[in-house]
Amino acid sequence: MSRPEDTLPPDLFYNDTESRKYTTSSRIQTIQATMTHRALSLLHLTTPSLILDIGCGSGLSGEILSLPSSSGTPGGPHTWIGLDISSSMLSIALEKDVTGDLFLADAGQGVPFRPGTFDAALSISAIQWLCNAETSEESPEGRLKRFFGGLYASLRRGGRAVCQFYPKNDAQKRMVSAAAVKAGFGAGLLEDDPGTKNAKTYLVLTVGGGELDG
Amino acid sequence: MKLLTLNFLTCAIKSCKTSPASFPLHPRDAELEIVEADVNLAFLQNILPRLMWAELRTIASELGLPTLPEDIPEREALVEGRGEGEGEGEGGEQIPSQTAKDLHRVLLETCIQEGKLVCGNCGHEYAVKEGVANFLLPGHLV
Ligand SMILES: [Zn+2]
Repeated sequence: MSRPEDTLPPDLFYNDTESRKYTTSSRIQTIQATMTHRALSLLHLTTPSLILDIGCGSGLSGEILSLPSSSGTPGGPHTWIGLDISSSMLSIALEKDVTGDLFLADAGQGVPFRPGTFDAALSISAIQWLCNAETSEESPEGRLKRFFGGLYASLRRGGRAVCQFYPKNDAQKRMVSAAAVKAGFGAGLLEDDPGTKNAKTYLVLTVGGGELDG
Repeated sequence: MKLLTLNFLTCAIKSCKTSPASFPLHPRDAELEIVEADVNLAFLQNILPRLMWAELRTIASELGLPTLPEDIPEREALVEGRGEGEGEGEGGEQIPSQTAKDLHRVLLETCIQEGKLVCGNCGHEYAVKEGVANFLLPGHLV
């Protein structure tokens, strides 16, 4: 199976047809929902929070963030802001009338919010795209540096981020977590179902200096 | 885009990061829409200390909205008084005050649907279409 990251940049890969395929596939929706709940459990939120969703796509995770705690979203309903590089994906989010604010943005260019904005951030199946450098003036290292540096600054002290991603190999896994640590995060990699085809990698990031009370 | 979001958004261009003039971004040719939503008192209480109130007032006036109070509301003012057992919902839940509802209206229901956001430092314009802001930068500005 070829990895979409290896064929085209995400704004080209997720064209209208691919975006719709991704969003309407019930298998993908179920996997995405499971991973969002897993990420939420790792964020330890206890109160309605302001959350950044990196690579929000058509808002599959956002719809879960907007649910009340009685519907299984810890601390919810949350208010979220989503970034995505694919305008086709964002169009589907608009059609679905998601409640989060959407940005057409490339996380590899940074995170344009003032320091301490977010209580938490999550990213589902997106940050492996940062390891692609599409032009000669960009390197994966530079993109990861801008992303994690911007993310670190935009989180409040004591905040957390959880990024589920599909690393291509161990070297890429190491490169991504090293970039997060370099930006100032406390970082841990967590693997669900390791060694199987359902293996899921979660990068759990903490910002020191505040109380971890959610 | 909610005015809440605009209260946290900065210019994306690297050389603007250190300039105070890059926040807040200024709406231009903005079309506003009210998108109703449930009041989330706990969220308002959480976000209140992080608001930049003077900048929110500036933006409200630039958009021609009613003038906001000079001072940011106190956290206590967001909750309805509890005299005579009133203002307390089932299970002792807190009831949002008029102040909380007004704040909710401005921050979470007042949305920029179309227009531009302009950086006060570099003059870069970010287009907003159907409420979605375009923050993709050309390579040389990253
Ligand atoms: Zn600027």
